[in-house]
Amino acid sequence: MSVTLIRSEPLRLPRVLRGPLVSVLSILGFLLVWYIAAEIAQSRLLPGPVAVIRYMVQETLHGDLLPELGITLWRVIASFVVAMTIGSVLGIAMGQSAALNRALDPWLVVLLNLPALVIIILAYVWFGLNEAAAIGAVALNKIPNVVVTLREGARALDPGLDEMARAYRLPPLVKLREVTLPQLQPYFAAASRSGVSLIWKIVLVVELLGRPNGVGFELHLNFQLFNVTAILGYTLAFVAVMLAIEYLLVQPLERRTTRWRNKAV
Amino acid sequence: MNDVRPAGVTKRFEIRIEEKTHIGADGTLVPAIRDFVLDIEPDSMTVLMGPSGCGKTTLLRIVAHLDDRFIGDVGVPETARIGLVFQEPRLLPWRTVRQNIELVADPSFTPQDLDHLAAAVGIADMLPRYPQELSLGLARRVALARAFATRPDLLLLDEPFVSLDERTADRLRRLLLEIWQERPTTAILVTHNPREAILLADRLVLLAPRPTHVVASVPITTPQADRDAHAIDAIFADLLQRFPANFSAG
Repeated sequence: MSVTLIRSEPLRLPRVLRGPLVSVLSILGFLLVWYIAAEIAQSRLLPGPVAVIRYMVQETLHGDLLPELGITLWRVIASFVVAMTIGSVLGIAMGQSAALNRALDPWLVVLLNLPALVIIILAYVWFGLNEAAAIGAVALNKIPNVVVTLREGARALDPGLDEMARAYRLPPLVKLREVTLPQLQPYFAAASRSGVSLIWKIVLVVELLGRPNGVGFELHLNFQLFNVTAILGYTLAFVAVMLAIEYLLVQPLERRTTRWRNKAV
Repeated sequence: MNDVRPAGVTKRFEIRIEEKTHIGADGTLVPAIRDFVLDIEPDSMTVLMGPSGCGKTTLLRIVAHLDDRFIGDVGVPETARIGLVFQEPRLLPWRTVRQNIELVADPSFTPQDLDHLAAAVGIADMLPRYPQELSLGLARRVALARAFATRPDLLLLDEPFVSLDERTADRLRRLLLEIWQERPTTAILVTHNPREAILLADRLVLLAPRPTHVVASVPITTPQADRDAHAIDAIFADLLQRFPANFSAG
């Protein structure tokens, strides 16, 4: 029999490996692997990072990269706002009312399981190849996820705080702002997180199928030209935009709205 | 907001609850309150004392208009301003202590009033903090201050000192008396602790087990300020003799 020693303290990483340096090293490692793979392949189907970045700079200065990114970003934001608004209202209502939940639940299951492609095609067929059909189709794909998340949130509302609000006769709007919405904040955060990433993927499909511009359209075009450098360039550019939104907008906002949490007694 | 109080709100409240029945999880009917008759005098502290589970909280919820599924008449207008201290503090965790109090405070309640009240209940240093940073005893003080800040027509206290250690609970009881006497308010306090009841009550109302009703209503005439441990023991001994069923367990 051997004796196993159990460390009472968890293993601690050296200080260097705990800061943002790790993230930077991780990205540099990825670029290195990509670079080596491209050097070995020596094919125009796998351009290296240098070629892709050179293409991105070139397209930014002399091409359409920025306007195309802007158009796609606007579609992402528009679909996001529409989906979050409608989804939140429906989700909260369904979480609060059992009757409404029973009435709408079958539709929710249908929408959850309907492939994005079907919704997009039908939207274009029925409403034409226009901006409203595109944004509506993307939003409709996202709405059921928002509903499911916010419905859970509305079901988890604290009845004790609700009673407190009623006993102290808080007006409905004040109650919504001070008691209900702060409790739903984590659910909003979860819905938006998964929302933005899902929406931008579907926006590309919508653009590929029926819009004359945007990142999805450019990808489609360059796919026909077999221009992998352009495909990777556009993808990387948009990923950079989304990373910027995540780190410069979403995370600081989240830290602000949850600053009352994680305070030691 | 409306600064003028509706006429008649500060007069005595006449509570008449004929019947309140809970529906159990298995569908059975559990009678909680039957033929409950009680008049609450203005600016007095009425203490309801009864065994655990006799329906005291149900009673307070009815009086606060949080539960309207009963037969009878609460006798408290819906427009009456209620200050309610729950068994748990029930503060908003995402608002500071100051914001929690200001949220429900009466319009006539000034920031100076708030500072004064906070000092009186010993939470002056806690105003900018969030509730999660407070101990249970401190959170209870905040809940008490919040109830007083509404300048209530009727103050309801549902075992506000339960699950505190006896020393802390006793300090808070004295403190409640101090701020209550500074601004007398019609108040109903519910407890199962006889010594707490004797210390605080102008009138002590003894309740029967379920379905609950009033067994006896005993005025306690010794001024609260004179009720030291000795006086409380004397009153307790007297009540034990008169109502052995209600006092022997405590």
